[in-house]
Amino acid sequence: MAGQGSVRVTRKSDNVVIIEKDLATEEMVLSMGPQHPSTHGVLRLECRTDGEVVTEAEPYLGYLHRCFEKHCEHVDYQAIVPYTDRMDYLAGMNSEMAYAIAVEKLLDIEIPRRVEFIRVIVSELNRIASHLVAIGTYAIDLGAFTPFLFCFRDREHILNMLEWASGARMLYNYIWIGGLAYDVPSDFQKRVGEFVDYFRPKAVELSRLLTENEIFVKRTKGIGIMPADVAINYGWSGPMLRGSGVQWDLRRNDPYSIYPELDFAVPVPDGKFSDVGDCLSRHLVRALEIEESLKIIEQCIGKMPPAEGFDPRAAVPKRIRPKAGEVYARAENPRGELGFYILSDGKSTSPLRCKARSSCFVNLSAMKDLSKGQLIPDLVAIIGSIDIVLGEVDR
Amino acid sequence: MEEGTIGSKQVQLSEAAYSVIHEKFGEAISAFDRNPTMPFFEVQDTALWTDIALFMRDHPKLKFNYMACLSGVDYPEEEKLGIVCNLESIGAYPHRIAVKVKCPREGGSIPSVSCVWHTANWHEREAYDMLGILFTGHPDMRRILCPDDWEGWPLRKDYRVQESYHGIKVPY
Amino acid sequence: MSFNALPQSSMPLLMGNSLNAWSDALTGFAPMGLPLGLLVIAAIPLVFIALYALTYGVYGERKISAFMQDRLGPMEVGKWGILQTLADILKLLQKEDIVPTSADKFLFVIGPGVLFVGSFLAFAVLPFGPAFIGANLNVGLFYAIGIVALEVVGILAAGWGSNNKWALYGAVRSVAQIVSYEIPAAIALLCGAMMAGTLDMQEINVLQSGTWGFAHFFLFQSPIAWLPFLIYFIASLAETNRAPFDIPEAESELVAGYFTEYSGMKFAVIFLAEYGSMFMVSAIISIVFLGGWNSPLPNIGPLALNDMTTGPVWGAFWIIMKGFFFIFVQMWLRWTLPRLRVDQLMYLCWKVLTPFAFLSFVLTAIWMIYVP
Repeated sequence: MAGQGSVRVTRKSDNVVIIEKDLATEEMVLSMGPQHPSTHGVLRLECRTDGEVVTEAEPYLGYLHRCFEKHCEHVDYQAIVPYTDRMDYLAGMNSEMAYAIAVEKLLDIEIPRRVEFIRVIVSELNRIASHLVAIGTYAIDLGAFTPFLFCFRDREHILNMLEWASGARMLYNYIWIGGLAYDVPSDFQKRVGEFVDYFRPKAVELSRLLTENEIFVKRTKGIGIMPADVAINYGWSGPMLRGSGVQWDLRRNDPYSIYPELDFAVPVPDGKFSDVGDCLSRHLVRALEIEESLKIIEQCIGKMPPAEGFDPRAAVPKRIRPKAGEVYARAENPRGELGFYILSDGKSTSPLRCKARSSCFVNLSAMKDLSKGQLIPDLVAIIGSIDIVLGEVDR
Repeated sequence: MEEGTIGSKQVQLSEAAYSVIHEKFGEAISAFDRNPTMPFFEVQDTALWTDIALFMRDHPKLKFNYMACLSGVDYPEEEKLGIVCNLESIGAYPHRIAVKVKCPREGGSIPSVSCVWHTANWHEREAYDMLGILFTGHPDMRRILCPDDWEGWPLRKDYRVQESYHGIKVPY
Repeated sequence: MSFNALPQSSMPLLMGNSLNAWSDALTGFAPMGLPLGLLVIAAIPLVFIALYALTYGVYGERKISAFMQDRLGPMEVGKWGILQTLADILKLLQKEDIVPTSADKFLFVIGPGVLFVGSFLAFAVLPFGPAFIGANLNVGLFYAIGIVALEVVGILAAGWGSNNKWALYGAVRSVAQIVSYEIPAAIALLCGAMMAGTLDMQEINVLQSGTWGFAHFFLFQSPIAWLPFLIYFIASLAETNRAPFDIPEAESELVAGYFTEYSGMKFAVIFLAEYGSMFMVSAIISIVFLGGWNSPLPNIGPLALNDMTTGPVWGAFWIIMKGFFFIFVQMWLRWTLPRLRVDQLMYLCWKVLTPFAFLSFVLTAIWMIYVP
């Protein structure tokens, strides 16, 4: 504990005097970030540290603020789609899908079934890619370099496929309001199927290298525990909330698209391998979700309607001018609930107000509470387990 | 078709929740707006907002323990600023509802609910940052995305960007 | 390697095959009263460190890690990128040598130097062959254990002198770690010294030579020797700040630890010191437990493999290969394991390694007394 220095003198006898000295210590303010390897972008944490113990860490945001909401009020509904890519740049497809769902709900239009299947396939692929980055960078935060490169190697296959479909590696502009930019290439399903077969053993290898590693477990188990009720109160969602043992997945609890027809589990930690709510649980949930996403993709490939006579832009409105009203719609992003609140005045072709409810922003807000009394290495482990993308935090 | 029935079922659930709140607070809240995309009610007596929020969170029939979103909105025609809160219940009930709270554009303030839902803490800071809505009782009312010394409220409809910031020309 | 082809009888070119023959002769080489021979002796390990760090250390590590991570590693400069390290050195040479304004200039400048000298001085007592040892001290092992502690001073000077909070954290962690791990490391080495009955490095090697090759190594002489061997290996990882004990430079926590502020050649010197001490601890472990320059091959009847692979140059070959093998294991671990936390590191040292080191010390003593 930091404290003032003091000198205590105890006189035992005439010639034995015990002098005890406590040296004065003081807290040090440590600015972690915005350029720090493990703040995953440009987050800045102002830590008050007492030796290695962080007594308080205050997050400072906004280094990547690009005025998403201000831009939205000045461009057409369709033109907002590329901006949503740039929010959570690791899961562009999912962000686009959430936004498209919101506007479609406002417009009340029917989407062709094949479009829904393609949307689900690409966003689940993107979910795997995003979780791979999360797991890989988490490994790097804890000092393991190899799992990171294994993750990126496999993510590369996914990005190649998405590039094949949309023409871009990360910022796709593929899911349009009411449809898609293009249909998928002719052999897409086959290649996705091949990827699933390729990836399954690689996921096992990854979990043996990282998740079952004794040091990794020691570093993450019991660190940064978040009880379920506090997590809900903080508005946590996605793998963070499920890591605290709450079985809450918007694909199940507020179903959208074709998810009700698909068979997949919502993994939550059972408290045997990890303590419920700790960093390891959150990591485990992500690792297990990859498996579930693979299942979803396999089912979608099997059930997908044929491409004959399919026009991905059939339901795309020529001009988007919703009637006056407002909507809050959300989708399950890799990082949690990405919601869009859109207010339309019925006259303009751009929204009066478009607010993005970013999952990372909300998840990160618990950082101050989680960081109290942690060691610096644990702080790094906690930030990594939150899996923030600063593009989405700052918008 | 199926979508429609799900939607109307959601509205009925919200309405049932609304009636519980209305029973307690009566005239302090407005009538229920049963639109299909986002059913909501508005808090008329702004000073009661924290009490309503606490009631909504803790009442055994409501249990709105999860705040999905809090968006600040500018209503220039009404000369008002407001927030829209999307609330729902995780693990207890399938209902969800939106709540609107408004305050005058100049010199108005809204009671903070960051003590009710931690989520509101940063969202209220964001609403303050973007629209200049003051939240009374907020533990840490600072800007969050813009720099602390930024001038003006960017998401207000009458916002004009400042000419220069620390000697840097801003409008380009 | 060309000397493989030479018949063994012609190997001791001018000197005899006796112990320390080459180094003794070099010491005597003093034309016009100038101790040039001594300089040559000092230069040999220096050139060796530089060459090995350049080739096996940096390039090898990059290639090995690339192999483990399913990628190619450096491929651009030269065939298979073999000149990559040279290009890196040229780049580092051209870098501006920055000393931060608020740094303690004296400490900042001497830090890397002390660090390098600390690891380099230990090379003085490493026998590089049956005829070459820099300084044949009769307390060689003790000297090697002691001189490594000098590195701590360099790290602390670098970390404190940088006037950077991350560097300070790195330095404090590093000092705590190295000082702690010296205890199990030293006790584990003492087990080897007890089996040999001497602290003389050359003597320890001689005691492990014989026609049965590896069977004469201390590691295979007593089953208990495996315990101090493993303890020393783990402790040596911590002493050289290698993963999974690389917390002083933990790049995801402390940016770069105690050398956050360094650039250019000072940075390169710190790296050289790191690779230097990596080889040093690997050489010590192979000298004490794996016979140093002795050939591991046994004589099998008429096939006198051991005799064929013994000699001054073969000796250097064996000790360097054994050292490289342990460096390979260090790299292997580094690219496999995550990093421990500070408190876990201390727990491992004080509550696991140190008691077991004492246990192995007692057991070795009992073995030496009661087992002939």
